[in-house]
Amino acid sequence: MQANARAYLEGGRTGAGLAALRAEVGRLMAGFTANAAVTVEPAALLSADILIDLYGEDLRARAYTTHDPVLGEQMLRPDFTVPVAQMHLESGTAQGRYAYAGSVWRRQEPGSARPVEYLQCGFEAFGDANTAQADAEVFAMIAEALRNAPVAPVTGDMGIILAGVSALETTPPRKAALMRHLWRPDRFTRLLERYAAPLSQSENRSALLSALRGGRLEDYLSTQGPAIGLRSVSEIQKRAEILLEDAETPPIPPAQVALLERALAVNAPMKDAIKSLRRIAAEMPAITPAIDLIEARAEAISAFGIDGFQLPFEASYGRTSLEYYDGFVFGFTAEARADLPQIAQGGRYGALTRALGRETPAVGGIIRPEALLALGGPQ
Amino acid sequence: MSSLKLAVPSKGRLQEQTFEWFSTRGITLERTGSGREYAGQVRGVSNVELVLLSAGEIPRELAAGRIHMGVTGQDLVAEKIPAWETQVAQIAEMGFGHADLILAVPSFWADVESIDDLDAAAAAFRKAHGMRLRIATKYHNIVREYLRREGVADYQLVDSQGATEGTIKNLTAEAVADITSTGDTLRANHLKILKSPPVLASQATLFSSKLANWAPEAITARAEILSCIGAKNG
Repeated sequence: MQANARAYLEGGRTGAGLAALRAEVGRLMAGFTANAAVTVEPAALLSADILIDLYGEDLRARAYTTHDPVLGEQMLRPDFTVPVAQMHLESGTAQGRYAYAGSVWRRQEPGSARPVEYLQCGFEAFGDANTAQADAEVFAMIAEALRNAPVAPVTGDMGIILAGVSALETTPPRKAALMRHLWRPDRFTRLLERYAAPLSQSENRSALLSALRGGRLEDYLSTQGPAIGLRSVSEIQKRAEILLEDAETPPIPPAQVALLERALAVNAPMKDAIKSLRRIAAEMPAITPAIDLIEARAEAISAFGIDGFQLPFEASYGRTSLEYYDGFVFGFTAEARADLPQIAQGGRYGALTRALGRETPAVGGIIRPEALLALGGPQ
Repeated sequence: MSSLKLAVPSKGRLQEQTFEWFSTRGITLERTGSGREYAGQVRGVSNVELVLLSAGEIPRELAAGRIHMGVTGQDLVAEKIPAWETQVAQIAEMGFGHADLILAVPSFWADVESIDDLDAAAAAFRKAHGMRLRIATKYHNIVREYLRREGVADYQLVDSQGATEGTIKNLTAEAVADITSTGDTLRANHLKILKSPPVLASQATLFSSKLANWAPEAITARAEILSCIGAKNG
């Protein structure tokens, strides 16, 4: 790579190329601050512990880590959402709107042409009272910034899968296990299949459960080996009790699994998607509030001059991203340019604020200005 | 001189078996000098220079293109060369030096048999202890990729460059990911292997570098080696 090249942009680091990029970032930031956002600039070097606790060990393969003898393990900012959310939570205020622009750094697979450093320009809103309205506002703001760019929107809502899982006729531990893997679709599907099938049990598992039933668990464990390490006998007992409950739990009715799978497969313009989901809700009423929210959001988006009912809706969109999205999700893709990443994306992430210690409504989105310019987008 | 550089392990059983393997295929590798000197020669094919290196360094030298061919473990290549297929070609599995990279937990964890159980135990462990379940290993890249593929969450890898089986008793890890051939060390440390295919099944293998300078003499020498060992040119 030439010293003057940057993500997706030849000559983006000097002279006219740099001036054009700075002007574009300025234009985007002006759009955000016109919507009452405070400009913030989080640190580029973040504590690795917090990020890895949130995103898991997988993040190490995606972000750059470095070590400081005093501060401990640090990570080059892979994303703005977490540090901006931390800034807001530390402020102690209920509501806040923030705009930011700066580099993020991501490790890429060997051989990948994706850049390891690129700019993000973003907006985050916390503490909104009206979910549909706040979702619509963020979506409309990003859409407005991309008005003249050849990009196609896509939307989704994690609320459908969240409501669908809580509606399943099964035990709380099974639901919790499914919820934990919402963002890992393969593992989620495997779990769902296992819970829907009649139980098959290994010999060891049967022996463990019969020891538990007979009140002989500790003796049984001692025949397996000495109790070494931090994970204690009582923790094993607790999990064995869950396994026993699980063994006595009837399979999730196949019809329910099929219904959930049908809901997750919905992929149509919003208007038709809402109709399909309503038909499914006739048999799975628990998803009705989520559909109501989708409909209210589509109306709120329409009030911004974008036909919300014509937007593409994919019920499974947003499940594989790095984010903790748990509601509205959206993206804008340059369909003619497979070499470019999504030009913009965003969504709602209350679960992330909960993991950071204070649950608060949160929704936001980012634009990749270099990719937008490379696309010949608005300038 | 533009000869082909062939690297083999610098000592031990792995070296003996490598020499035997080549010898039964008509290529004689031998050490020269005092026996303590790391020098050697090759007979049976021309223009091949023998390089004695630690098996752990051979992957790096192949990836850098400083050697043309080398004998080392598949585990070491997979761990040390990201996207190794783009940088080295596997020429022949040699049938010795078998070692499986496995995940092991304390034997008394009667509730954990499979990778799914480990994932569930990790979730409960994090709730109970406020930290992610620690897996001690020196194979960070392979293990992380494996656990990502299997959809395991709530774990962390902690580095262990030796005596990994002891980390659980020493309270520095809850599980281990390590190489085993017979499982004796695991059993002696009261550990059991998770009931799933190994993370990686490895054996000694002859690799060829895609990035070395393949001068005409080196290409000819490689063709001679491949013809002796009955491998395809590729």
